[in-house]
Amino acid sequence: MNETEQNPVMAAMQARSSEALRAPRISIRGVDFFYGTNKALKSIDLDLPDRQVTGMIGPSGCGKSTLLRVLNRMYDLYPGQRAVGQVMMDGANILDPGMDLNQLRSRVGMVFQKPTPFPMTIYENIAFGVKLHERLAKAAMDERVEWSLTRAALWGEVKDRLNSSAMGLSGGQQQRLCIARTIAVRPEVILLDEPTSALDPISTLKIEELIDELKQDFTIAIVTHNMQQAARCADQVAFFYLGELVEVGTATQMFTAPRERRTQEYITGRFG
Amino acid sequence: MTDMAEHIVKSFEAELARLRTLVTDMGGMVERQVALACDAVLERDAESAGLAVEADPQVDALDREAEQFVIRLLALRQPMAQDLRHIVASLKIAGELERIGDYAKNVAKRSLVLNQFSGPSSLTGIAHMSRLVQENLKAIIDAVGENDVEKAVEVWNADEAVDEIYNALFRELITYMMEDPRSITPCTHLLFIAKNLERIGDHATNIAEMVYYAVKGEPMPEERPKGDSSAYAVVRPSE
Repeated sequence: MNETEQNPVMAAMQARSSEALRAPRISIRGVDFFYGTNKALKSIDLDLPDRQVTGMIGPSGCGKSTLLRVLNRMYDLYPGQRAVGQVMMDGANILDPGMDLNQLRSRVGMVFQKPTPFPMTIYENIAFGVKLHERLAKAAMDERVEWSLTRAALWGEVKDRLNSSAMGLSGGQQQRLCIARTIAVRPEVILLDEPTSALDPISTLKIEELIDELKQDFTIAIVTHNMQQAARCADQVAFFYLGELVEVGTATQMFTAPRERRTQEYITGRFG
Repeated sequence: MTDMAEHIVKSFEAELARLRTLVTDMGGMVERQVALACDAVLERDAESAGLAVEADPQVDALDREAEQFVIRLLALRQPMAQDLRHIVASLKIAGELERIGDYAKNVAKRSLVLNQFSGPSSLTGIAHMSRLVQENLKAIIDAVGENDVEKAVEVWNADEAVDEIYNALFRELITYMMEDPRSITPCTHLLFIAKNLERIGDHATNIAEMVYYAVKGEPMPEERPKGDSSAYAVVRPSE
């Protein structure tokens, strides 16, 4: 960043663009992660800017999905996995043993690689998660279902068949249903773990458009193997390699002029 | 780029190499074209002038080829980082070289008109200017081929001297015209020739900026001081 500050041309360019990163919603400081004795993340420091998209890229096994799973303590479900360090959100450390995990997971929602609709109706898929956290009257629940399906750009396609099984939806629709289910509990942060890797190009673009829409209200972190997708979606991009955060910067900086040699080699397809 | 590992996709590496060759070949061609045009003026050599004019369609064809090739690379390879910068820079450099070729052609055409007049007062200024411009052009084409930022910055700085000679020539030629109206035709052509050479120098500095950006990933830090002050020059007949 210092280099940019010293260069008046770059500084002026950045000032005119809307690329400035906002204040952090989540601050990750000195996070190590262990699968048993295997250290999968090494002293990670990273801020997720508020209501912006952070793209996490890197080769398989670099730790990007692991970091995503740290942010809502998903790893707690598995024995032998542990994280140390600080993940600060609203003044509290997410890694604190006293953290209420149900509440945390309603605040930090997650969408996975493969769509995971529940074997129930479209309506119930949305209502199910909401009922875990809130008691809503029928009318309020109807409203919430419509709101979240609308936000997930799916309402128009399913409003006439809310009571049919979610399993009958296409892959792209199922993934948007999962996103609707995640935002139905009104989280603050949404984690997306390769959300389009199982989808066709048009469904993928619909999800990307959705991400653009959703970042007006939510802070988003997306893990993707698709470099162009990170370039299209993300405001900030973080490159991981062998459990280390090698470089982080605005998407423009990372894809036009990365500073680190390993980043350059990875994003230009020179990785050996 | 030389210190970088090779691409995993070898055909992409080959395409990038081909683009570099395309642009440096074009550079070589333009360099010869400018040399021919300068000889045409300084040696009053009509044959050189003809060759410089004839070379232009080939330069234009290479420019179009570079453009098509870059569009294809952008569409099919979706390049990132230094690859993207080098590809975009190549496209712009090809455009700059094409313009330089146009100026060379114009110089050559004007030399044919000059030949119809008896020897002009002095070609020393033009000779000096053409030597400097050709040196800078050669240096910048080398810098393109070698991704040499230092050399590019040198060229960028060296253009000020070209501008100074142009300003002096401008005053000199106007003075001749005031002294002898019969010299107005050849002096006007010489003035345009000098202006064309000055523009060639400017395009060389544009190329220097592209080399800097492609290699360093950021624009050149400062605006170049504009050395051509002839736009404000007033030369009055002495009382």
